Amino acid sequence: MARKQNNEITWDTFSEGLWRENPVFAMLLGMCPVLAVTNSAINALAMGVATTFVLLASGILISLLRRQIPKQVRIATYIVIIATFVTIVDYSIQAISLDLYNALGAFIQLIVVNCMILGRAEAYASKNRPLKAFVNALGMGAGFTFALLCLGVVREVLGAGKLFGFDLFGPQFEPWVVMVLPAGGFIVLGAWLLLFEWFKQRKAQSESEAVVEAR
Amino acid sequence: MSVVEEQLQQPATPAGPMIRTLVGVAMLSGLLVVLTFHFTKPYIDENQRRAIEAALFQVVPGAVTRRDFVVAEKGIFPATEKKQPGEMRFYAGYDDKGNLLGIAANTRAQGYANLIHLLYGYDPVCQCIRGIKVLKLAETPGLGDKIITDPVFVANFEALDVTLADDGKALANEIVTVKHGSKQNPWEIDAISGATISSKAVGKALNESAKVLLPMLIPHLEVIETIIDEQVTGETNNM
Repeated sequence: MARKQNNEITWDTFSEGLWRENPVFAMLLGMCPVLAVTNSAINALAMGVATTFVLLASGILISLLRRQIPKQVRIATYIVIIATFVTIVDYSIQAISLDLYNALGAFIQLIVVNCMILGRAEAYASKNRPLKAFVNALGMGAGFTFALLCLGVVREVLGAGKLFGFDLFGPQFEPWVVMVLPAGGFIVLGAWLLLFEWFKQRKAQSESEAVVEAR
Repeated sequence: MSVVEEQLQQPATPAGPMIRTLVGVAMLSGLLVVLTFHFTKPYIDENQRRAIEAALFQVVPGAVTRRDFVVAEKGIFPATEKKQPGEMRFYAGYDDKGNLLGIAANTRAQGYANLIHLLYGYDPVCQCIRGIKVLKLAETPGLGDKIITDPVFVANFEALDVTLADDGKALANEIVTVKHGSKQNPWEIDAISGATISSKAVGKALNESAKVLLPMLIPHLEVIETIIDEQVTGETNNM
């Protein structure tokens, strides 16, 4: 991509992760935490923030070291760097709140194998300057957090009748339990993908119609 | 490595830079992890201590002070700082005057997804379990985790009978989990419909722990009351 060769930092550097290349809705990367920890909005937010931190820190470090890392050992090096920051996040969450740590369970450690982070390291941070990698990682992290929240909010409201732990509907509400079960994750993700794809197709259609009319 | 693979890896980088990079990154990573560990350890320890204490004060209502003990064949001893493998540890909760209100112990059993870890409170006056607190579980959200939230299920543990048999060597009636709505005796647990496996795990965990711990503990109950009366004066908390 020619766009990535120049060193200019544009709004696009940040915003492509939010929308056009959203890690969840456009690239379908890192599906494991997306489905597993989005049964409540607060879990989704915490997971998003934790992943964003790892994405930012590893992005900067990998970008700084990009000329020192020989090609043959780059994946091993990236994984060690990512694992380091994941461990830091793991200890930090334990220090902040044990309840949150128990809720997120093994999925904090599993950020190491989130292919979105390795993908960004390989495709972006290793080819761009630190500041640009930082801005892009921030956008990607924000996009990932946004996507997790999209799922978490819907699933918590429908499956537990709450939002961020606050009761919304009172005791008469009968929770739609399947929404907080793993199956609910797939259903809600499918619904969001359908919505985003519909938007995309409608946009493409109106553009092609404009081209036809111009002829 | 085959010849073909070797040819694919060109241009070959000398081993030096590769080793240098990996060693350098690994050392940096080690340093960062150690620094984080040192910085967060006091906070994590404090969080864990508070979690245990909050759980204890919940299952032994009214308790304000806690002491740790170990029970063995010969009697009850104050617990040491370091946990010995295989020891039976329990916590005693006291009111502000140093009177024993109840004891709490950890137990666990296999649930639907993974082990369910519990803390339960035993009241020596009514010889019953007064409350349970789930410390850790991985049960299905919305179904298995009802063992924490379901008010009917939680009511099982307001006074779950664990009276000892006449010879003092076993429970008079083992704790059993029964089908939802068929509880008749005070030693039975009314299961949650839709979360039978999790409910049964709670019953099993309590039964396994109570039938071993209580026969060893109850003959020596007076010991922990007297020890505490001496210790409590002029001392608050030394956990």
